[in-house]
Amino acid sequence: MDATEQPKLNYLNAGNTVKSWLFTVDHKRIGIMYLAAMTVFFLIGGTAAGLFRLELATAAPDVLSNDIYNRLFTMHGIVMIFFFLIPAVPGVLGNFLVPLMIGTKDVAFPRLNLASWYIYMAGGMFTLAAILFGGIDTGWTFYTPYSSVYADSNVILAGTGVFVTGFSSILTGLNFIVTIHKMRAPGMTWMRLPLFIWAQYATSIINVLGTPVLAITILLVVFERTLGFGIFDPTKGGDPVLYQHLFWFYSHPAVYIMILPGFGVISEVLACFSRKRIYGYEFVAFSSLAIAAIGFFVWGHHMFTSSQSEYAALIFSILTYLVGIPTAIKIFNWTATLYKGSIELSAPMLYTLGFIGLFLVGGLTGIFLATMAINVHLHDTYFVVAHFHYVMVGGMMMAWLAGIHFWWPKMFGKLYNEFWARVGAVVIFLGFNFTFFPQFIAGYLGMPRRYHVYDVAYQPFQMLSTVGAVFMGIGLIICLITLVSSLFSKKTCGKNPFHATGLEWNNADSPPDPHNFTEPVVVDVEAYDYTDERIYEDS
Amino acid sequence: MKYVQTSPTDASTYASDVDSLYAFLIGMSVVFTVAICGCIIYFAIKYKRQSDADRPEPTKDGNLLEILGSVIPFILVMIIFFWGAKLYFDARIPPKDAIEILVTGKQWMWKVQHPNGKREINDLHVPVGVPIKLTMTSEDVIHSYYLPEFRKKMDVVPGKYTQMWFLPAKEGIFNIFCAEYCGTEHSLMGGKLKVVGQEEYEAWLNRRWVDGQQMAAVDSSDPTVAGKQIWDTNCAAACHTGRPGAIGPNIEHKFGSMRKLEGGDEILMDDYYVKNSMNNPNEHIALGYPAAMSAFKGVLNNTQMNQVIAYLKSASEVAAE
Repeated sequence: MDATEQPKLNYLNAGNTVKSWLFTVDHKRIGIMYLAAMTVFFLIGGTAAGLFRLELATAAPDVLSNDIYNRLFTMHGIVMIFFFLIPAVPGVLGNFLVPLMIGTKDVAFPRLNLASWYIYMAGGMFTLAAILFGGIDTGWTFYTPYSSVYADSNVILAGTGVFVTGFSSILTGLNFIVTIHKMRAPGMTWMRLPLFIWAQYATSIINVLGTPVLAITILLVVFERTLGFGIFDPTKGGDPVLYQHLFWFYSHPAVYIMILPGFGVISEVLACFSRKRIYGYEFVAFSSLAIAAIGFFVWGHHMFTSSQSEYAALIFSILTYLVGIPTAIKIFNWTATLYKGSIELSAPMLYTLGFIGLFLVGGLTGIFLATMAINVHLHDTYFVVAHFHYVMVGGMMMAWLAGIHFWWPKMFGKLYNEFWARVGAVVIFLGFNFTFFPQFIAGYLGMPRRYHVYDVAYQPFQMLSTVGAVFMGIGLIICLITLVSSLFSKKTCGKNPFHATGLEWNNADSPPDPHNFTEPVVVDVEAYDYTDERIYEDS
Repeated sequence: MKYVQTSPTDASTYASDVDSLYAFLIGMSVVFTVAICGCIIYFAIKYKRQSDADRPEPTKDGNLLEILGSVIPFILVMIIFFWGAKLYFDARIPPKDAIEILVTGKQWMWKVQHPNGKREINDLHVPVGVPIKLTMTSEDVIHSYYLPEFRKKMDVVPGKYTQMWFLPAKEGIFNIFCAEYCGTEHSLMGGKLKVVGQEEYEAWLNRRWVDGQQMAAVDSSDPTVAGKQIWDTNCAAACHTGRPGAIGPNIEHKFGSMRKLEGGDEILMDDYYVKNSMNNPNEHIALGYPAAMSAFKGVLNNTQMNQVIAYLKSASEVAAE
């Protein structure tokens, strides 16, 4: 772009007042507002983790009291799951990209979309209030009767936060489903949709079907605490195990709410930096739907030792293996996509390849945990902690960072420093493995999770974890500085700096016009057509 | 210094069975991880972009990868499923000759009662070579009884009785952890499992003093005697009289037998059933009798209920001989 020329109108410079942001109905601006809020929540959750990781470096209690420790790991779980992992990709990338990718000017219900952000913030405020008034010590799982009768902390406030923010997920899910069904550009058939859209679609279905169950469950806990309902409290004839069924009926599918959008990101980045169509497009697309569907019937694998029926456990075990099959299919197809590609190890691609490796370990250890006899030993140990961090951090957070780096030029029209972005990616990858791999071993050796003081035999593993976490923290800081500093650079980028396919790259500017496209959009090519010379023209 | 351990000491034959399955899973995971990561690294080097003008030939999708990619994992997970399920079911069904010990969890301790009434807190003494069955409940929140060296764990849930069993194969001292988060001092809730020789166990059971310290609340009276007293005054006097026309069934000597229920079902009269009937009498109604039993929850405490069970058990053993 010529430096003397007035900058083109885009969604960022279309209004500079606070009001123009807070009352915007532009899906792109709402995406950026999610990004800002979510970064704050991520830092809060990360700080909590840093503090209790420090405590766990040695077996003895030295930095924190047991009560503070319990409140910190609870806060880490609640903030990271409900305010980062669940809304991260749909809230930021989904909002920003769904209309751009399908070639429309906004989501189907723009005002509802803004309302979703306010609901998310309201839920966040309740949770922050719970933290400021002294925290909550039930663990993010809110198990009864501890949460509903015995806990002496802010269960009601935090529960309300989770309850409220759930509606933001439901409404966003609804919005995306309608948008994807009704607002695709001419020629954008279902089988031409980017895989990111398929993943968002599958996620939205789970959000709409699953989240209300969590809302009801949390509400029952709040009622039991305030009004003394006997739903879960056995002294009143309630059943504490019923709570676990209700909770995991949502919270297992929620794992897919968190990871499926990440799968979508991985497919986009992988195709671009190997210049290949994703191998087995249909299989990758439908495996998202298969995971969403089967994912609803596996919740009891969290309850093999809970006193649920042995026969129920049998069914949940076998269904859990079945959900592994479509997941394996995705990994095989992504790997096959690289074959005979033209591979560039850019920062987003490094995150993506890191994702495949780490998610693979997370998935395979999931097979361990689905195995009934193994699960009995490993349930509620550090093995489980390591497993879900490989899926949630090694998988989801890496996918999230891949996506943020990949679409950063589109969002802000600026390129970050590629060298430092790569350094950040490598440091995070190594730091992550140092943090969480030792926990698999500590877990098989029998160290229970949520232990503030522990047997000294586990200390070497915990010490390694803490050292690894320091590296991971450094990697995240490098990444944050690299991205933020790019915003102040004068250098702008063209509309398609990575030569990617997709309407967001080829038909919209960087940053896009407030109305997304200045010319009518008609789709005449298949998804991921990297032989199309038009994508290599402008950069 | 000891070499770095990657699995806990195995204190029973079951533990080494679990470890074999675990080793199989590790082997499978290593194969998949090396294969996938190997491919990724190989492709990333071999097909590195040489110039910005590179335009790779599109690959044709084939179904072979999808078929192999579903069928091979499917076969593998089915093998693992049956293997894991078989071990799990073996581990759930206690042998008939197991010693029955009652465990009650409360924030933040384990209260243990042995068959002769002897009690201990947190620790558990058991004889080597004899299967041990734990019948467990909680007084407050959910806890979980975890014996890592035995690869066994079971949640301890308020309002119901859960059970687990294990066979201590060698003498030694092992960990007992609480695995389910139960509040402020969760990480301190635990003790030691002390597997001792048969004679030492007998001697320990009948000893009142250990190392000059009084054992916590040793109950020296025979629970069957106290149990009979409660049975006679509370149960047999008005209802389970054993005479024709009684309002409750004659069950004084029927412990361990199958009982017929209204609606055609049968149920085993065991610890759980007896205790549950005292707490929730209307859950199972004996065939031919009215649903008239009053609940003893709050009338008899946990210890007294256990004494009644001990008595019924001994009375049935006498009847069987």
